[in-house]
Amino acid sequence: MSNPQQLRYSKEHEWLSAVEDGVATIGITEYAANALGDVVYAQLPEVGDTVTAGETCGELESTKSVSDLYSPVTGEITAANQDVVDDPSLVNSAPFEGGWLFKVRVAEEPKDLLSADEYTEFSGN
Amino acid sequence: MSTAPRLTALDALHRSLGATMTDFAGWDMPLRYASERDEHNAVRTKAGLFDLSHMGEITVTGPAAVDLLNFALVGNIGTVSVGRARYTMICAEDGGILDDLIVYRLAETEYMVVANAGNAQIVLDALTARAEGFDAEVRDDHDAYALLAVQGPESPAILASVTDADLDGLKYYAGLPGTVAGVPALIARTGYTGEDGFELFVAPGHAEQLWRALTEAGASRGLIPCGLSCRDTLRLEAGMPLYGHELTTGLTPFDAGLGRVVKFEKEGDFVGRKALEAAAERAESAPPRKLVGLVAEGRRVPRAGFPVVAGGQVVGEVTSGAPSPTLGKPIAMAYVDAAHATPGTEGVAVDIRGSHEPYEVVALPFYKRRK
Repeated sequence: MSNPQQLRYSKEHEWLSAVEDGVATIGITEYAANALGDVVYAQLPEVGDTVTAGETCGELESTKSVSDLYSPVTGEITAANQDVVDDPSLVNSAPFEGGWLFKVRVAEEPKDLLSADEYTEFSGN
Repeated sequence: MSTAPRLTALDALHRSLGATMTDFAGWDMPLRYASERDEHNAVRTKAGLFDLSHMGEITVTGPAAVDLLNFALVGNIGTVSVGRARYTMICAEDGGILDDLIVYRLAETEYMVVANAGNAQIVLDALTARAEGFDAEVRDDHDAYALLAVQGPESPAILASVTDADLDGLKYYAGLPGTVAGVPALIARTGYTGEDGFELFVAPGHAEQLWRALTEAGASRGLIPCGLSCRDTLRLEAGMPLYGHELTTGLTPFDAGLGRVVKFEKEGDFVGRKALEAAAERAESAPPRKLVGLVAEGRRVPRAGFPVVAGGQVVGEVTSGAPSPTLGKPIAMAYVDAAHATPGTEGVAVDIRGSHEPYEVVALPFYKRRK
């Protein structure tokens, strides 16, 4: 398992893309997807919602459990990945690519986001 | 009491296969190896290999072994012939279910009782206490056995390729001693998946050799290793109760809709008889909540303990729920008031974290294999 170098990470196991035109793409890491098991249902925030760093904004349900989804940054939702809503297994099969979850117009980001190497050390993976 | 998890004889092998391990009743067991959905589908369409060494084996021997079992359990063990097995229960004096069991009759005066991992000590203690005055010995044989299961439509062909035992002559719920892949085994045609399959009781020292031989024999037939996660969705689709969910000490077999396992007609007294007779009468006059199946219209998954609601009232409780790989929808088993228990009843929902999600009431099981 390798965590892409160009992304940053939260301790709640989300990844955050580089901010382009003020907008960042967010998903969960491969480590988190593996820990969840097969994801079968994704409730994502809706376009226009305001999300706050470290607070819940949706849920991911797997065969055995349901987990809250957090936003690693504060801002306004500009897109939710309808492909994941239709086929939640994308979170498992392509967590860093087609399995992205939502996009946020970033208003504020916390200072403690991790680099790929820091996250690898933090998660042990 | 030690808190260190107990390990099966196959522990190192599971880890080498990359299994995600989980604590189950004090045992460190494989939850899944890769995708639990793939494992589930392999058992439904081809074959899966399970390590079930956490199950508890108790041997009961002696001239009065059958009398002891008839006294200690609710079933009629006297009608089980050598080489056959019986699904039964052990109840407390008040009729509450202590565990559900499979009893194999291995020889004229020798039986093996297989208990759930979480209840193995309770069953052992109860049988030991109830053996007083009977010319019979109750022996904890947990450490004498590893238990592997091969389940799925390809399992007879896979097993046949590594044994000379007469599998065609081995009926469902029967067991015979034989040699599998060069290893002495009790070969039982039992399982907990809703598919045809076998459970193989072997010495722990032989478990790894047997696992490797079955893996090799099954590779071309689609056999893959399977964990407890898919075992749970398989048994749920098959409508099979799980102790701690559908069965508890707070329920009698009649409350669980399994009154048929209680045999009042057998000779002599048995533990719980009086309370169970009352429970049977109660079930006749005032039907208890009924165990039903629920199929989701949406995609949110009901979990054990979630309320079942109708018309704004709580009318039941979910005991097990999961996304069903075979149906492609979330399913659940639930105890529901008789008024809402008829298949097709309108307006039933499950309260999933505050949102009332519509569910269809169906008869169990959700899935039945074609024979």
